[in-house]
Amino acid sequence: MSGKEYRTITDVKGPLVFLNKTEPVAFGEIVQLRLSDGTMKNGQVLDTSDDQVIVQVFEGTASVDRQTGVKFMGDVFKLPVSTDLIGRILDGAGRPRDGGPEIVADEMADIIGAAINPYSRESPESFIQTGISAIDACTSLVRGQKLPIFSAAGLPHNDIALQIARQAKLVGSDDDFVVVFCAMGITAEEYNFFVHDLERTGALENACLFVNLADDPAVERLITPRLALTAAEYLAFEHDYHVLVIYTDMTNYCESLRQIGAAREEVPGRRGYPGYMYTDLAMLYERAGLVKGKKGSITQFPILTMPGDDITHPIPDLSGYITEGQIVISRELHQKGIYPPINVLPSLSRLMNAGIGEGKTREDHKSVSDQLYAAYAQGRELRGLVAIVGEDALNERDLQLLKFADIFENQFLRQGRDEDRSINEGTLDYAWELLSNIDTKYLVRLDQKWIDKYHPTDKKE
Amino acid sequence: MSEENGVIYRISGPVVTAMGISPRMYEVVRVGDEGLMGEVIELHGDQSVIQVYEETSGISPGEPVVRTGQTLSVQLGPGLLTKIYDGIQRPLPELEQTMGVFITRGVDADGLDHEKIWEFTATAKAGDDIASGAVLGTVQETETIEHRVMVPPGTSGVIKSIKSGEFNVTQTVCTLEDGTEIAMMQKWPVRTPRPFIQKYAPDTPLITGQRILDFLFPLAKGGTAGIPGPFGSGKTVTQQQLAKWSDAQIVVYIGCGERGNEMTEVLTEFPHLIDPHTGKALMNRTTMIANTSNMPVAAREASVYTGITIAEYFRDMGYDVALMADSTSRWAEAMREISSRLEEMPGEEGYPAYLSSRLAEFYERAGRVETLSGDDGSISVIGAVSPPGGDISEPVSQGTLRIVKVFWGLDAGLARQRHFPAINWLNSYSLYPPALNQWYRDNISNDFPEVRTEISALLQVEAELQEIVQLVGSDALPVDQQLTLEVARMIREFFLQQNAFHDVDTYSDLKLQYTMAKAILSFQEESKKALAGGAMLEDVVNVPARSDLMRGRFAEGYAEKIEGLLDEMNKQISATMEAN
Ligand SMILES: Nc1ncnc2c1ncn2[C@@H]1O[C@H](COP(=O)(O)OP(=O)(O)O)[C@@H](O)[C@H]1O
Ligand SMILES: [Mg+2]
Repeated sequence: MSGKEYRTITDVKGPLVFLNKTEPVAFGEIVQLRLSDGTMKNGQVLDTSDDQVIVQVFEGTASVDRQTGVKFMGDVFKLPVSTDLIGRILDGAGRPRDGGPEIVADEMADIIGAAINPYSRESPESFIQTGISAIDACTSLVRGQKLPIFSAAGLPHNDIALQIARQAKLVGSDDDFVVVFCAMGITAEEYNFFVHDLERTGALENACLFVNLADDPAVERLITPRLALTAAEYLAFEHDYHVLVIYTDMTNYCESLRQIGAAREEVPGRRGYPGYMYTDLAMLYERAGLVKGKKGSITQFPILTMPGDDITHPIPDLSGYITEGQIVISRELHQKGIYPPINVLPSLSRLMNAGIGEGKTREDHKSVSDQLYAAYAQGRELRGLVAIVGEDALNERDLQLLKFADIFENQFLRQGRDEDRSINEGTLDYAWELLSNIDTKYLVRLDQKWIDKYHPTDKKE
Repeated sequence: MSEENGVIYRISGPVVTAMGISPRMYEVVRVGDEGLMGEVIELHGDQSVIQVYEETSGISPGEPVVRTGQTLSVQLGPGLLTKIYDGIQRPLPELEQTMGVFITRGVDADGLDHEKIWEFTATAKAGDDIASGAVLGTVQETETIEHRVMVPPGTSGVIKSIKSGEFNVTQTVCTLEDGTEIAMMQKWPVRTPRPFIQKYAPDTPLITGQRILDFLFPLAKGGTAGIPGPFGSGKTVTQQQLAKWSDAQIVVYIGCGERGNEMTEVLTEFPHLIDPHTGKALMNRTTMIANTSNMPVAAREASVYTGITIAEYFRDMGYDVALMADSTSRWAEAMREISSRLEEMPGEEGYPAYLSSRLAEFYERAGRVETLSGDDGSISVIGAVSPPGGDISEPVSQGTLRIVKVFWGLDAGLARQRHFPAINWLNSYSLYPPALNQWYRDNISNDFPEVRTEISALLQVEAELQEIVQLVGSDALPVDQQLTLEVARMIREFFLQQNAFHDVDTYSDLKLQYTMAKAILSFQEESKKALAGGAMLEDVVNVPARSDLMRGRFAEGYAEKIEGLLDEMNKQISATMEAN
């Protein structure tokens, strides 16, 4: 089927070209376009019939004309995979970007990726210590989870992602993570920041990067995360690696999706994004997890920037409906100079319960987490009240809670970019120490037996 | 080219157009060289439009399309329970065997195991004149559920022979005088409701063990409920709680376009959970449909029909069935996606114009009925709704609320305060209490409806008082109103909040719920007396026995202890008068 070059382009619209009268072309088939000046472009079939074929062109349609040659490659998009991917930097379409050789394929893997049979999944329940107290105590991460970072422009989500990548480990195991990093439309500066940090810590040798930057073709972004996840699946499920996938920025990905939808004149869903965006995102996010009979795992950290800091915007909204929780970065905390500025209140880890407690982290973890959360939530609420009625109107309990909110932000949340706190001493014991600023009688979420055992002053030795 | 075989003309995602065949609407066809399963959803000139239940990439125009003559149907018979299926009733364990852990395509699998041998006990006998739906015999399908083998709808006559013994589901167990052979398995087209004699008005509550649901916003057996809420507000946990603890005899749980790990959770948890009503594993009464968000959308569209048809089949045996669909919004989105590929004229927010009628038809398949065999059976349907941004003014929420009789409104604010279940008690409602009050009077207590009314009224008053408190602080209120606030707080923290992950708190039987509610009212009454007798509010609300009463609910055997704890609390409250 491949080989024949068509010059039957009838229409070009945005990133799409429309062709007439071809031999049968498969849905999803890979396409090569040759421009009159010899430039090559790549694309994929979005719609096919006896009369017309619609191709989305990854590099955009600039300079495409009716004389452009179009060749159908007879296959869907595949990525050459092998363990040689580790330590390599590839571009957004999977070609070497680091000057190294082509990847010698051990296998050619279809990048769309098949759904994991829900019956074949295994429940994620191994606690990952990130060394960041806010996450470890309140939104604990487990291996095989997909936990996005909901951030916004100008906030230090990249630092947090990198800190997690550097520090993440299973307590009591020396299995290391391999990082698969996927850049979608981020700036060269942001990218360099990632690469330098990975280099600095030696993590680059244990990472595989797929890079589409802001000045790279926008439509290509639609395949970049699929390449990254295909590589991740291969490493996790064929070679037993524990893979941490970081992709950023999902917002750019969704913009590309919207662009294609608009060019096809589809009926848009909310705010112009395609109605199938939920399904499309699910086909990325659901490629995380553990499966029966395989040693490896895929843990995902998608980063997205919320347009207008709005968590109800379709991009965070649809993501939150699919992922297993979210870590929300707060502009307010950032402006107070607190790093990491994680707002634990709207943050959630849906898989936390399975990963913490006796035998996993510590028996008091759940209680401590609930108590921190409740005390901080109440303290923050009181700030609002104090602004109206003044501190004098508060009773003793409220005053303590109000003070605790500051302690929580300034001591518990705040930590260094290279500060790696262990779950027991660094995070939970520290939480007890800070909670002891509140009278024990107000700590209603803590079981008496944990107070007896862990409270720094009230414990019974 | 024969009428039976055509070719693909066009492929656009899950929608394929074929030429050269003239199938019936909703007929199942085989698409492409790999024979992917599809269903005809539109006929248009000489073109037949097909939604394909498997991934279509790599398929080309010119590949064959073959008719099957069948409409999309499920296989019904012994072997449905404890199973997990995809949206078109393919058993997921079997797919794993043939495909491995990733779901590829082109594999067919029977909904029922055709090899497995069941012990059939005939209850009808030769010479009986039997009608459609009559019970011919039984099979002990699981430890707790007796499967009633029925005459398929549309079949009737005089039994020529029937025998007890060991059979697989396709073997004949009964032959009629006219030669009709009846096996244990029957097939039913999923888009057609199964017949019954008549619908009855529901009169019995579906008891869920969830205090806010049973006590304030009850669902009736045979009723319908919608649970809308933004992500993270507790739709799935609530649905799973209902699947675990509701007193239905059969549970059909549909994971429609949601997370894979949530289905895994149900699969790993249910076999270990004990049904409080039977003392046996909950799995025995459960069938699951899992068509997760990343599985093909056309099969997602079909999954709710597959689920409700299985539910109807068990209803026809005279069982009370509860069906949960998490989430109906994903089903609606699947409709929207297919519809937009068909280039249909979109309605509101891109949904097809027939969205609300499809929702209505689906919920209409719920109900309490007289079955064809004269029995009483019911299906209660509980649908989760996932409104974008949590805003329920959107079409799926609105379409659902027009139909369902119970609205459990999840509230992001409550979830953020970790008040679970995050059901907003001010805007949620149930239209069933008038129909159920007699049942409560007969089975729980004669004043049950009045107690409920009092509890809801206190919550309403609290909301009004809170508005004042926001402006002036609570100290400015007269002491009786401050007490009302305390009582309402007790309702919220002691009664409405219920931790699904706590071994004991996860379930409260209805009698205990009633006792707890009475305890709150008793606290109110005793406190009023004490205050009138000169006690200080501060002392009254802080009597130690009150927190023992409240915290006691986390301990095993609370139902036996609560009366004693209550007496102690009341004694201590009285004592606060003497202190002054
Ligand atoms: N009844 C409950 N008890 C305790 N926690 C709950 C309860 N309901 C919800 N939660 C918490 O809220 C989280 C989100 O609930 P979930 O049902 O998954 O939300 P949704 O399906 O609406 O996105 C859960 O992971 C759990 O931590
Ligand atoms: Mg959910």
